Amino acid sequence: MSVSPDTATAPEPSTSAPAPDSASDSPVDTGPRILVSIRSLSKYYVRGDQVIPVLVDLDLDVAEGDFVALMGPSGSGKSTLLDLVAGIDKPSGGEIRIAGVDIARLSEGELAAWRAAHVGFIFQFYNLMPVLSAFGNVELPLLLTSLSRRERHERVAIALALVGLTDRADHYPNELSGGQQQRVAIARALITDPTLVVADEPTGDLDRTTAGEILGLLGRLNEELGKTILMVTHDPKAAERAHRVVHLEKGVLAD
Amino acid sequence: MFVPLLVLRNLFRHKLRTLLTALGIVIAIASFGILRTVVDAWYAGANASSSARLVTRSSVSLVFPLPLNYAQKIRQVAGIESVAAVNWFGGVYISERNFFPQFAIQAPAYLAMYPEILLADAERKAFFTDRQGAIAGRKLADQYGWKVGDAIPLRGTIFPGTWTFALRGIYDGADKTVDQSTFFFHWEYLNETVRKSNPRRGDQAGLFVVRIRDPGQAAEVSQAVDATFANSLAETLTETEKAFQLSFVAMTEAILVAIQAVSYVVLLIIMAVMANTMAMTARERYGEYATMKALGFTGAFVAGLITAESLGLALFAGVAGIALTFPLAAAFAEAMGTLFPVFFVSEETVALQLGASFAVGLVAAAVPAWRAARVRIVDGLRAVA
Repeated sequence: MSVSPDTATAPEPSTSAPAPDSASDSPVDTGPRILVSIRSLSKYYVRGDQVIPVLVDLDLDVAEGDFVALMGPSGSGKSTLLDLVAGIDKPSGGEIRIAGVDIARLSEGELAAWRAAHVGFIFQFYNLMPVLSAFGNVELPLLLTSLSRRERHERVAIALALVGLTDRADHYPNELSGGQQQRVAIARALITDPTLVVADEPTGDLDRTTAGEILGLLGRLNEELGKTILMVTHDPKAAERAHRVVHLEKGVLAD
Repeated sequence: MFVPLLVLRNLFRHKLRTLLTALGIVIAIASFGILRTVVDAWYAGANASSSARLVTRSSVSLVFPLPLNYAQKIRQVAGIESVAAVNWFGGVYISERNFFPQFAIQAPAYLAMYPEILLADAERKAFFTDRQGAIAGRKLADQYGWKVGDAIPLRGTIFPGTWTFALRGIYDGADKTVDQSTFFFHWEYLNETVRKSNPRRGDQAGLFVVRIRDPGQAAEVSQAVDATFANSLAETLTETEKAFQLSFVAMTEAILVAIQAVSYVVLLIIMAVMANTMAMTARERYGEYATMKALGFTGAFVAGLITAESLGLALFAGVAGIALTFPLAAAFAEAMGTLFPVFFVSEETVALQLGASFAVGLVAAAVPAWRAARVRIVDGLRAVA
């Protein structure tokens, strides 16, 4: 489901992202489609003569429409895994296929176009542009599409309504509470109707009540709009909202 | 409009910082303009000279006069159209502070060679028919409040005595490059008076201004004139009017080089200040740039935002600096009086100021834009956290 007025038409990115493999769209496959397929994934950093492993030979599948929580102690590699799946970092080895596309093989430019079309980001500290209003922040990713100004505004209005911030459209981030800012960030993440939503500690900077509201909103996105969500969290309460919890420890899956 | 608006809002995020940087650019660009105009004023005489005019003077030094009969011999050299004797007078008007150039000229021939000196026919006629008549440039007349018909007394320093001239005309320049602060009177009046008091100094000219038929033949004609007087008691040096004017500029070349150097140092300083501002600005926003890149914007787009912001600030302040240059130049010219007879902000200076503003904006943005374009998204996002 899309946030567009016409749910049948997803926004077109202005730059073309690589097409998914035809194999993953097989008509004979009747089970839930695997959206994220990770095989033998490794990530390490080299500092002088020292090789520091962060992720080691990791395999993971996430089905389309799933809501997965990544948990683990600090330094376990969960945020790195999220960055790799979101295409904002490059793996040292292995394969990450999202909707059939091996994103590890994409160039920087292709990856940017792919992110614009397929990934919605929700950050712990919201990462809104302070000089843009809530409306402007939500509209920002749509500049990368071929939508007209009127079409963009229609979509932004719907997205803001979805997160319950219609009356705050003209407010700037410093005029909004933490919870409201995170709602704007969620609207921004949804505006391009992405394949995958990645959330890095989305409630980490919020009080318990507001965190509950945000998690409720994420749950609705997953259940009502069918969005696949991959969320990093330290908070067991937040993880409870997910369908599946994946534990990482020292760069490997703990269960 | 979204992106220009984003650039504009970013520009005024730190109002005080932006305002102070803009103020620095305004002052630097205006100073650059004034200094360039001072240099231009120095070269004004040379720039306004005609390639069809030559100057013949003593080959030993300008202080040694040439016999008047040289005029006839020069006139006979092939390619020469007319000759006029000229003397520097060097008189004092009321006090030494009131300096302005005064020349004794063979008026009909001289003025015919300078069509850029515009004089009303009636005033020209009145000047030609009055032996003690004189004409003055509009700027000079305005400075001292002279009107046609006024008696202008000058105390001679090279030619002793008090000389009183009747102002018969006030000339204008054909364009703003023409010196309008000179005082001309009849060479014949000077010569007659000198001959009476000191006959040995009579019939001598400080130099001759020569008009040639073909400016392309200036070198050959100059050689021919000097060859005419070779091995005589008063050998000559003939050169184009421009070369003659530049020989005066050359005497003060070190000052000009210093002024030009200072004008460029001013630009370098503001470039460094602006680069520091943009570096600070970009460093503060690495998290935002990383977020934009995560959303799918390219490094080139982010670099473009920084460059647009830097260019916007530099050009806005630069245009304000250019606008300020004009009243400043007018005030400077007013304060300098006739020291700089031609003092105006040229189109070339405005173009240089605009170019300098553009360069300041571009250079200041270069490093921050390059860094922001290359910043790794994960590193930039960590900066937010």
